[in-house]
Order: sequence, then C-alpha cells, then structure tokens
Amino acid sequence: MHELSIAMSIVDMAQEEAERRNVRVEAVHLELGALSGVVKEALLFSFEIACDGTPLEGSRLVVKDVPIEVYCPACNLPKILASMQWFCCPDCGAQTAEVIHGKELVITALELKQ
Amino acid sequence: MSHEPRLLEVRKNVLKQNDVIARALRDRFRSQGTYVISLVSSPGAGKTTFLEKTLTLLRPHCRVAALVGDLATENDAIRLARSGAPVRQITTGTLCHLEAAMVEHSLNDWNLGQLDLLFIENVGNLVCPASYDLGEDLRLVLLSVTEGEDKPLKYPTIFNSADAAVITKIDLAAAVEFDDLTANANIQAVRPGMSVFKVSAKTGEGMDAFLQFLAQKHARSSQKTTV
Ligand SMILES: [Zn+2]
Repeated sequence: MHELSIAMSIVDMAQEEAERRNVRVEAVHLELGALSGVVKEALLFSFEIACDGTPLEGSRLVVKDVPIEVYCPACNLPKILASMQWFCCPDCGAQTAEVIHGKELVITALELKQ
Repeated sequence: MSHEPRLLEVRKNVLKQNDVIARALRDRFRSQGTYVISLVSSPGAGKTTFLEKTLTLLRPHCRVAALVGDLATENDAIRLARSGAPVRQITTGTLCHLEAAMVEHSLNDWNLGQLDLLFIENVGNLVCPASYDLGEDLRLVLLSVTEGEDKPLKYPTIFNSADAAVITKIDLAAAVEFDDLTANANIQAVRPGMSVFKVSAKTGEGMDAFLQFLAQKHARSSQKTTV
C-alpha cells in the first residue's frame, strides 16, 4: 500500500503552499484518475493519519474522480471508457490504448478556513 | 446562512518529485546509450528466475546488469548474481514499490557508459508500482500460468502501464489448465496491441522470441538517440 506515502506528500505540499500564502486549510481538493494506481478509500483513510500532528489536522480530503478518457481512432474523438477492463470505444467498439485522461493525481485547490 | 467555500487554486502534481527524477534518469540513460527494462509482477510469478535466465542468455552478447528491489532480503540479488552479471540490491524496507529516487541513488557510482542493458526488478506487487515512473524505456508485466487468466482484469492499471507482457512458467500450463486464448484476450482488453511472450525460464522455451523483441526495441531506441 503506497497510499500513506502519497497522503503524506499531499499533506506536505498543501502545508507548504498554505504557509507560503499564510492561510489555513479546511480541505484539500484532489483530482484522482481511475488509472493513477491509487485506491481512493485507502487514500482517504491515510490522509487522516498523515494529517495528525500537522497544521492540517482535522482537514478533509475532497476527491474528484477522473474517469479514463481515451482517443478513439475510428470516431476520431476523445471518449470516456465504460469500463477499465475494456479499452475500447463505448460507441463504435474500436480498441484503443491511447489514454488522454485518467492518470491524474493532482492537488487542484485548497479550501480555506473562513 | 451558508458561505461559498473559499477556494485557492493550486494545481500541483503529487508525484512531481518522482517524475522529475525519472525524467533526469531517462535523459542520463539515453545519453549513455543504456536501454532500461523494468519488471513488475505479483510475488511468486517467477520474476527472478526469468530475469536470471535472461541475464545468462544475454551476457555473452552484450553488457547487462540488474538492480533488484526487495523488501528486506538479498536472496534475489544472490540468485541473479549467479548469471555472472553485475547485480545490485535496493532494499526498500517497508516500501512496496521502487521510486525513481531509489534507482538514482543506487546508480550513483555506476558507469552507465559500460552498460548496454539495465534491468530493474521491482518489488513483487501489481498495484503500487503502476504509479511510479522509474525512467525505464520498457516496462514488462509478468504473470505466471499458475495465477490464472483473469489477472489482467483484476489489475488493469498495472497491465495498462506496461509495454509488454510475459507469461511465465508455461511448462506448467497444461498441468494447471491454463487457457492461453482467454489470457491473451484479457491482456488485449486492458492494453490493446500489447506484445505478449510465453516463456519457461526452466526449459528455455520462448526465450528466443522474447530476446529478439528486446534486441529490436533496443536497436530502435539507439537509432533514435543517434539521429
Ligand atoms: Zn469510436
């Protein structure tokens, strides 16, 4: 399980950003791709532990799931995969390995304490 | 009374540190002419045996070496050293995967200019290694016939992140009623177009085809570097 070390990186990065801007963090917003290799439940659980004893203690992790988007060569369009066990266009069935989105593991915003 | 939450936009890639190191490693490998292959699999898939066979077969023809990641023991490194190739252990302690910084660190005093091929054996794990770029040119995912045909469907992320698949222990295929067509279809489902090799490190079956593929990939990448 590598989610704990990832959670610790998230806390470190968020804290660094918060200190630099002199703000206090209520929640960290994260984009999490279905192909990131990170398990959401494990990450949420790890985040709480990683926050313990830091200025982020008690803050939340708000995860936005990013589905897998592939490029369909037959339709010549980006498409959202219906299942990650089936890398083919949901409309025409053409197989494709060209991933556009879904590998994200990105802090997008800090929600500030009012 | 409800407030709109105050959001401060940041956009920071959580794995940026790893990716920066991986990119630097890749540049370093390219400039030294070293082609790098990483191996991922679940524990017990026969990764070390396959790598030992590969190193032994390659050693008369080119300069090869291996880095091997392991939680605590040095058993794998000792086994691989029997091939005669230089082998170095990366002990990860509690960490379930290799990161680019560990590879960088363990290569510090290596003269890459004297190496044609470098293999990096990841820790046995089909989940965590998917997230970390190690600067490799080619990622191999291994599955043994004893693990069953549905492994790719259970771990689509790691199969999707790999460039080629190696089915190991095919000398046992008949005994475990391994269904070759289904396995291949499942691999293609999660990674269309992926090259698949069936090998037995024990009997040597299928090793030629794999080594030819590797030689082609290596040749193509050297052309790219010199052009
Ligand atoms: Zn289509």
